[in-house]
Amino acid sequence: MTLIKTFSTAGRVLRQLKHDPRTLFLLFIVPSVLIIVLKYVFNSRAESFNSIAPMLLGIFPMVMMFLITSIATLRERRSGTLDRLMTMPISKLDFVLGYAIAFSTVALLQAIITTTVMLGLLHVPVMGGTFATIVGAVFAALLGTALGLFSSAFAMTEFQAIQFMPAFIFPQLLVCGLFVARDQMTKVLQWFADIVPLTYSVDAMKQVTTQSNWTYIHTKDLIIVACFTIAALVLGSITIRRQSKP
Amino acid sequence: MTSAVKINNLSVVLGGQVNALKHINLEVPEGKITGFIGPSGAGKTTLIRCIVGRLAIPKGSVEVFGLTSGSPKLRSRVSYMTQELSVYTDLTVIENLTYFSRMIGQSRRETIDTVKDILQTINMSDKATTLVGCLSGGQKQRVSLAIALIGKPKLMVLDEPTIGLDPALRENLWQLFYKIAASGTTLIISSHSMDEARRCDELVLLREGKVIAYDSPKELLHKTETKSVEEAFLKLVSEKS
Repeated sequence: MTLIKTFSTAGRVLRQLKHDPRTLFLLFIVPSVLIIVLKYVFNSRAESFNSIAPMLLGIFPMVMMFLITSIATLRERRSGTLDRLMTMPISKLDFVLGYAIAFSTVALLQAIITTTVMLGLLHVPVMGGTFATIVGAVFAALLGTALGLFSSAFAMTEFQAIQFMPAFIFPQLLVCGLFVARDQMTKVLQWFADIVPLTYSVDAMKQVTTQSNWTYIHTKDLIIVACFTIAALVLGSITIRRQSKP
Repeated sequence: MTSAVKINNLSVVLGGQVNALKHINLEVPEGKITGFIGPSGAGKTTLIRCIVGRLAIPKGSVEVFGLTSGSPKLRSRVSYMTQELSVYTDLTVIENLTYFSRMIGQSRRETIDTVKDILQTINMSDKATTLVGCLSGGQKQRVSLAIALIGKPKLMVLDEPTIGLDPALRENLWQLFYKIAASGTTLIISSHSMDEARRCDELVLLREGKVIAYDSPKELLHKTETKSVEEAFLKLVSEKS
């Protein structure tokens, strides 16, 4: 693995995005618009909105990066560019980390915009502060990127890649504690919630919302999200093969 | 004459069902243009993928410059142009060339010089800042070929590089192939077009995963007593069946 190739790959992915202003607009603006819409959905229940909105910052970046990464990587696999790259002196980690760096940069910008809208415009009270909120959102985005890279190996078409959203992400969304507190769910679902990463991403955001100091639980949540991210990146790089079987 | 590629008793069964290659024995000479010619489904792409190391070899062996195909040491010496365009259509020509040049391991300085040279070679300096997706089919093909030229590889493996091109463009590309071969680079070019066969130094005629002839175009016509490669191909097919 070489840093030059990793950062060249990240630069290339960012340049591709730069040439696609529509995607950039959707990436940066949609989460903020959704949060604004949600505020008016909870029009008369400001307290409910204030507790849910920060948790969404642990979900939106993950979902969006999951979709974008899985389709972008699938495009690499199907257009022949990955085929070509794998005959060159580039390591699989250069490729995978290049994507991770590029999309975490995008996620950082997305998180800054969404957090600014949420805290500055909508005045959602977040006790942990802006920095901790952005850190949580970036971790969630990195997780989405890593899961997207990994899941793209199992999709043959863009249609299938999109279908992985309900298959991979929605079950996590249902049990992560956004809709119902986890301790109120059946035991089996609690166990399931304990082993999926979105739970910890949402938990980290809950900590940011309710705690003014950086807590042990917050650190633990972020470490678990990071471990899932690293595991998915490693598995993702394993699914990229230099040689295919006939 | 030394061989760039040595293939011994190579057999490949795709998906456990299709006999894509059957007992192939070949030696591709260094510094020449060798054409893999045959109809669709003859096994050309499978053979090429074995040579560049993208396909695991279950039976037989493939050596490139004395090393097992796919060996890490070959990655900077062998370039591969796939049948698909294999370029980023949402990047400009210069961004594509710069990226692949960095992936081959060239420094920033080398990359600037390489990109400038290659743009001139493929006659696309005026399109350097155009998005590849906005180019014509022939121009996209030239960008894809340009990437295969980066780093002055010792072996270039080009899978159907002239497919879909008009005759004038095809002629241009062939002049470029001759120029590259004259500099000592070995070229393997696959094509389903028999017209292109006569342009190669050596010909490997493939059908249903088997080599049915391996000769220079002149020798092939002489031995089969025919006037074109297409006639020779048809005669050989009828003899074998």
